[in-house]
Amino acid sequence: MGIAAVDVSKSFGDFVALKNVSVAIPEGSLTALLGPSGSGKSTLLRVIAGLEAPDSGQVLIGDEDVTAQPARERGVGMVFQHYAAFKHMTVFDNVAFGLAIRKRPKAEISKRVHELLELVQLEGLAKRYPAQLSGGQRQRMALARALAVEPSVLLLDEPFGALDARVRQELRAWLRRLHEEVHVTTIIVTHDQEEAMEVAGQIVVLNEGRVEQVGSPRELYEQPANEFVMSFVGPVNRLGDTFVRPHDVELLHQPDGDDAAEAMVERVVHLGFEVRVELVREDGEHLTAQLTQEQAEQLELERGQIVYVRPSRETVF
Amino acid sequence: MSKYVLRVTALGYLAFLLLVPVGFVFYRAFGNGLDAAWDAVTTGRAIHALELTLLLTAIAVPANTIVGIILALMLVRTRFRGRGLLNAVVDLPLALSPVVVGLALYLLYGRGGWLGGLAGHGVHILFAVPGMLLATMFVSLPFVVREVVPVLREIGTEQEQAAETLGARPLQVFRRVTFPAIRWAVAYGVVLTTARCIGEFGAVSIVSGRIEGKTETLPIYVQSLYAFDFNTSGAYAASVVLALIAILTVVMLRIFQPKEEAL
Repeated sequence: MGIAAVDVSKSFGDFVALKNVSVAIPEGSLTALLGPSGSGKSTLLRVIAGLEAPDSGQVLIGDEDVTAQPARERGVGMVFQHYAAFKHMTVFDNVAFGLAIRKRPKAEISKRVHELLELVQLEGLAKRYPAQLSGGQRQRMALARALAVEPSVLLLDEPFGALDARVRQELRAWLRRLHEEVHVTTIIVTHDQEEAMEVAGQIVVLNEGRVEQVGSPRELYEQPANEFVMSFVGPVNRLGDTFVRPHDVELLHQPDGDDAAEAMVERVVHLGFEVRVELVREDGEHLTAQLTQEQAEQLELERGQIVYVRPSRETVF
Repeated sequence: MSKYVLRVTALGYLAFLLLVPVGFVFYRAFGNGLDAAWDAVTTGRAIHALELTLLLTAIAVPANTIVGIILALMLVRTRFRGRGLLNAVVDLPLALSPVVVGLALYLLYGRGGWLGGLAGHGVHILFAVPGMLLATMFVSLPFVVREVVPVLREIGTEQEQAAETLGARPLQVFRRVTFPAIRWAVAYGVVLTTARCIGEFGAVSIVSGRIEGKTETLPIYVQSLYAFDFNTSGAYAASVVLALIAILTVVMLRIFQPKEEAL
């Protein structure tokens, strides 16, 4: 089902977490709420889940206004950053929890739990306790637990935040595939722009309790609505009033026309296929250029060398 | 080397403070033979004292366990005006001398006290079991609360929220998620509460009136034998009963507690 937050505001004492936020999440989509910490993204997710009551505004799931409904009646599946595993229950009982609450027959529960454990690749670990699982396994168990009740909406609150980089990478790809299989409307909260872009079809960028922009990863990257979005969704050089992405900075040996400025190479960082060049312009402004290894080799860059920089594409707000 | 110094100091301290005096009680209790000790604790008066102590414990422990869990949930899971005050009040029985507690109840329910009129209506609190029960419950209130509060803090609210989103009602959340997480803290609190109830002397002694065979608990009985009847061997024998109950309580916890959670 689709989800909508309409004009939602929420404060905690003096801290304003959400200011008149309106967001529409299309049915079946995978949407990321992206923003720095304190931007209100987690609060918005918790308001949608029913774990936090908004000060004003409405939450709609499908066509139904669920603002006054407690979390248990909203039919949402929620996954928390620190897994929220029931430590005293086995993996099986964790996944079966929602079904046991609904008093489904034992045979049905058993069948469904085993299907889900297969889906999240934990078959064979049903009798383990959460403490005997790795972080990635625990989070997959939490996902199976949330999916067990066939939620109309799946809410993930920084689900990979507590995992190490490699496991995080694996789980992102896995989540994408899972979403293609299950097709439940999913919202994932993250502060990691790369994660949002890799996983989500639609991204809602939040900052200081407000929505800055909504769009596909590509739209956000190529047509950022403002300075905040531009600098949040990727690295950026700020030169006076203009913003330039590092890969849009061209380096030349000779001044070529009027628009190339003189700069000195401060540092050359080899990152495998890519090379990052840190430069300082005559006027003292620092900037970064991103080249391929091939381009860098052709230029024969060295520390202290004088080059000419030209933005091939720039943005002014 | 320093490791042994530490060990010897700690064990010596324990032996001097705990084991030697308690051991001595056992030694003296059986000094006149097993039969003499057995006779001393099977008189009608002794059995009545034991029964009364167990009765007070059997009511006070469940009551303070339930109220203790509720208080702990209030202190950790809710925000309200006066929470700090409540937190301090819960500790009051630990700080207050039991004699003061006894005296307070005595003044409240005694002749001229605010609730002193109750006796005129046939409700006897002082010098009767209800007063002794109040005193026992008062002094043993904090233990379950104090054991459960830190554990509730540590487990946080995420598991409870997860259960809520999965469809559990508040009582189901408590029964299936919160309680299993705090059960060992509760068990330990119950053991401490039980020990305190069985051993309570000061407050109960004041409100009981110490009527032989009527309002005499086991600790009061022990003191009476020793101080007024000059029956030291009987007092030792009754003490041994008290000590055995205490040891049994602690051992039961050890048996039920799973190994990885043992302190």
